[in-house]
Amino acid sequence: MSLAQPSHTQGHAAPHTAAGENWAGWLHGWTTTVDHKRIGIMYVLMSLVFLVIGGCEAMLMRWQLAMPNNDVLGPEAFNQLFTMHGTTMVFFVGMPILIGAGNYLVPLMIGARDMAFPRMNAFGFWITLFGGLVVYFSFATGGAPAIGWFAYAPLTEHTFARSAATDFWAVGLIISGIGTITAAVNFIATILGMRARGMTLGRLPFFVWTMLWTAVQMLIAIPPLTAALVMILLDRQLNAHFFDVSNGGSAYLWQHLFWFFGHPEVYILILPVFGIISEVIPVFSRKVLFGYEFMAAATMAIVFISLGVWAHHMFCVGMNRTLDLYFAAASLLVSIPTGIKFFNWLATMYGGRIRFASPMLFAYGFLSMFLIGGLTGIMLAAAPFDFQLSDSYFVVGHFHWVLIGGTLFGTIAGIYYWYPKVAGRMMSERLAKWHFWLLYIGFMLTFGPMHISGMLGMPRRIYTYGPETGWTLWNQLATLGAVVQAPSYLIFIYNLVVSLKKGKPAGDNPWDAWTLEWSTTSPPSSYNFEETPTVHSRRPLWDLQHPDDPDWLYE
Amino acid sequence: MCFATGARRNCHGTACRRSPPAAACRASNRSGELRPDAGGALLVALPIASAQSIFDPASPATESILNLAVLVFAVIGLIFVVVEGVLFYCVWRFRDPHPAPPDNPSAAAAGPELVEPPQAYGSRAIEVAWTAAPTLIVLFLTLSITRTLWEVEAAVPATAPDDNALYVTVTGRQWWWEYTYETYNGRKLGFITANELHIPLSDADQPRPTYLTLESADVCHSFWVPRLGGKMDLIPGRTNELLLETTEAGLFLGQCAEYCGAQHAHMLIRVIVDTPQEFESWLENQQRPAVDDPDVRTGRDAFLSESCVSCHRVRGTPAKGSYAPDLTHLMSRETLASGMIANDPDNLRRWVRDPQSIKPDCLMPAFGLTDQQQEQIVRYLETLR
Ligand code: HEC
Ligand SMILES: [Cu+2]
Ligand SMILES: [Cu+2]
Repeated sequence: MSLAQPSHTQGHAAPHTAAGENWAGWLHGWTTTVDHKRIGIMYVLMSLVFLVIGGCEAMLMRWQLAMPNNDVLGPEAFNQLFTMHGTTMVFFVGMPILIGAGNYLVPLMIGARDMAFPRMNAFGFWITLFGGLVVYFSFATGGAPAIGWFAYAPLTEHTFARSAATDFWAVGLIISGIGTITAAVNFIATILGMRARGMTLGRLPFFVWTMLWTAVQMLIAIPPLTAALVMILLDRQLNAHFFDVSNGGSAYLWQHLFWFFGHPEVYILILPVFGIISEVIPVFSRKVLFGYEFMAAATMAIVFISLGVWAHHMFCVGMNRTLDLYFAAASLLVSIPTGIKFFNWLATMYGGRIRFASPMLFAYGFLSMFLIGGLTGIMLAAAPFDFQLSDSYFVVGHFHWVLIGGTLFGTIAGIYYWYPKVAGRMMSERLAKWHFWLLYIGFMLTFGPMHISGMLGMPRRIYTYGPETGWTLWNQLATLGAVVQAPSYLIFIYNLVVSLKKGKPAGDNPWDAWTLEWSTTSPPSSYNFEETPTVHSRRPLWDLQHPDDPDWLYE
Repeated sequence: MCFATGARRNCHGTACRRSPPAAACRASNRSGELRPDAGGALLVALPIASAQSIFDPASPATESILNLAVLVFAVIGLIFVVVEGVLFYCVWRFRDPHPAPPDNPSAAAAGPELVEPPQAYGSRAIEVAWTAAPTLIVLFLTLSITRTLWEVEAAVPATAPDDNALYVTVTGRQWWWEYTYETYNGRKLGFITANELHIPLSDADQPRPTYLTLESADVCHSFWVPRLGGKMDLIPGRTNELLLETTEAGLFLGQCAEYCGAQHAHMLIRVIVDTPQEFESWLENQQRPAVDDPDVRTGRDAFLSESCVSCHRVRGTPAKGSYAPDLTHLMSRETLASGMIANDPDNLRRWVRDPQSIKPDCLMPAFGLTDQQQEQIVRYLETLR
């Protein structure tokens, strides 16, 4: 623990009073902290800032596409924007917000006082932030890279991307990748080594179980990306020829390296959300998670299967039909464990008494939308169908459906759920409802029409289109949807900020939940628990409330 | 199964092809007569018409893909209805009858005084059942995918005399298409053209397949004409193949589907399916070297003395550049700049004066020609039929 750190309760319950007393001390406290809770909060705040930036980039693109042959942006700006939007949302919003949530929650949920390696934890956060800044520094070279977030070679070679923007992009991602790896190592060590007495692996809260496997995914997926990025830099700076076809390199190689990272990446972005949903649904349905063991096994199955499906992003590269068939079938296999999860969530709700407080509202949003994203995924996995759909707006519609309908809705459910623990106060439910409905409707209106324009032949990443294509209406609907969505984010942020002071005091366990984090104060003290708890089942607080009918009789 | 768009009827025939292509031809689709299918009528009521729709297949490959698509739609549609149905049922049936007041969400939290609903920890039988159901669906889908894959990805035979097949090498370039006509009916062709691909029409008793060999001269591109075939990428250092075959004459539109840099949006594809006779006479014309019209000698000389020749080729003249579109029969094309603008005298003049104002960042710079030079060059280009 850092010596200079002010007392924790003071630290985030009421940072402003602390600031009033000693602004420099407050800043010093946050920047030098090794407390997993503060680091987690900083991860989440950083992600929210990048979310706003990436969102503004998206709004600009929607503006450009609102009219056929529009020229508010032009090709250069547009191509930079979609590159930065994708990079930002994946690397500096999606991953860090989930890592941040894990950082805050995992030690609390397993009854530990901190992560296994607190200093490395702080290092991981700062270097992730630094990576993001380096990527954005590319604007200083006269413009961000215009290579797309998956940066297909040889567009990244010096011949085609002359400015240093691409180098900053690659360096930034390598740096933030180091942060991701440290987080992964830390999660694994913490979860395997620091659990409370009695908490066997089979009794892990489900969110912790998914974080464990997410960390495994990160350890497997990030290194190939880092290697590939280093190869780009070698090509660009030292005239290596990894991706330079005219000198014996292979452009095709990049695609395999990238998607070997890229596919597991989408599970890095969704597995922790499965965990969040598996915490929220039981608490708000007042029922134990149905089929825990099968849910746990399904998580592992998803991790393993998803390591062998990457080339479904490459059905159009002309592999051959045997490989196409393999990758199609393997991709379809993922839908089996995913289906199991879905059915178990529904079974958990079935027969419950469901309270639609904000976390459950967003969990409902997740369930109703993620299903659709999963089903359009089946369309894309059907290889010959993908020959038509690949790289069209259909794909854009699909993955936003999964990443917003899935990852974002689920993450927001988690934020509404755990905010009282973090801040000690409740968020406004009235604002949460506005947030939900604007986002829910705006989201469908934005991304629904993209499926149609895609099937009408609109490729992704085009900065404009002609009026005769028949795509105008669908693009205008999408832009309208973006306009409906945008205020929902502002409401959310307003709610986060205002509730910090004005929210109703939460108490230790406002939702009457069952996992260990709810047994300590809100916000928890810097040491989390006065004494290390002992658990006998997956729902220690349930056991406390129902001494005559504890969970461990049934597990 | 038909999601008719009305595009099919109207977009071929010479009348339409003569008019300024992309815009006029595509626009005419909308006002034109519709095919009288019920499904079509319904969907056309929505503005779902597009000359690039995947729902209006015109080749065996796209038809078989659409068949698979319909099947997949049906399966996921069913899953969608059932699962969302159960979700809505749960939400409706099991919602808390005494919800918390909105300003105090935790108030109704089941304290010890409120009895919790019965706890169900799981059931092996149920789990096995809902693992088996999706497994069967996956199996079924995999079999259908296999069938379609084997239909769509046909092997490409070697060229042979009287095979009625056309072989063309397509080279993707930033941001236009180069077509090298290799052989037709076993006959060697060996000329190069750009941006507009002419292929022969098949008919029921005489298939005339076109085999494309896809390559790239710079970055990755993807060849996509939705009504004729799925996408196939053009990747530097790799060679891919694609079969086009259709019994429908006329114009088919598509565009590059893999992001390839600044003007990715304007790397449009035009495939013109000619009757065999039309196709033969088109071939004959294309194989000839450029016409040498004595009336435009000064223009020709101006063209040849400019740097145009280092990028462009005009067969039969010293212009032998291979970096940019072949101009030998420029006027036989309906569009300029990869389908971006109609090939009319005005546009040609604008293009030669300043290509960047039309297609920003394209790889042809403006040369600052004098009005006179420009006029002469354009007049020369206009004779290249
Ligand atoms: C630096 C190489 C270069 C030079 C020099 C050059 N061009 Fe081009 N030209 C191109 C490229 C590249 C294109 C294709 C642009 C596109 O569609 O993206 C093109 C396209 C054209 C086209 C349209 C062809 C078509 O079918 O779409 C015409 C006409 C043309 N150039 C005429 C000229 C003339 C006349 C000159 C000399 C004054 C000239 N070019 C000099 C590179 C060049
Ligand atoms: Cu994938
Ligand atoms: Cu292209």
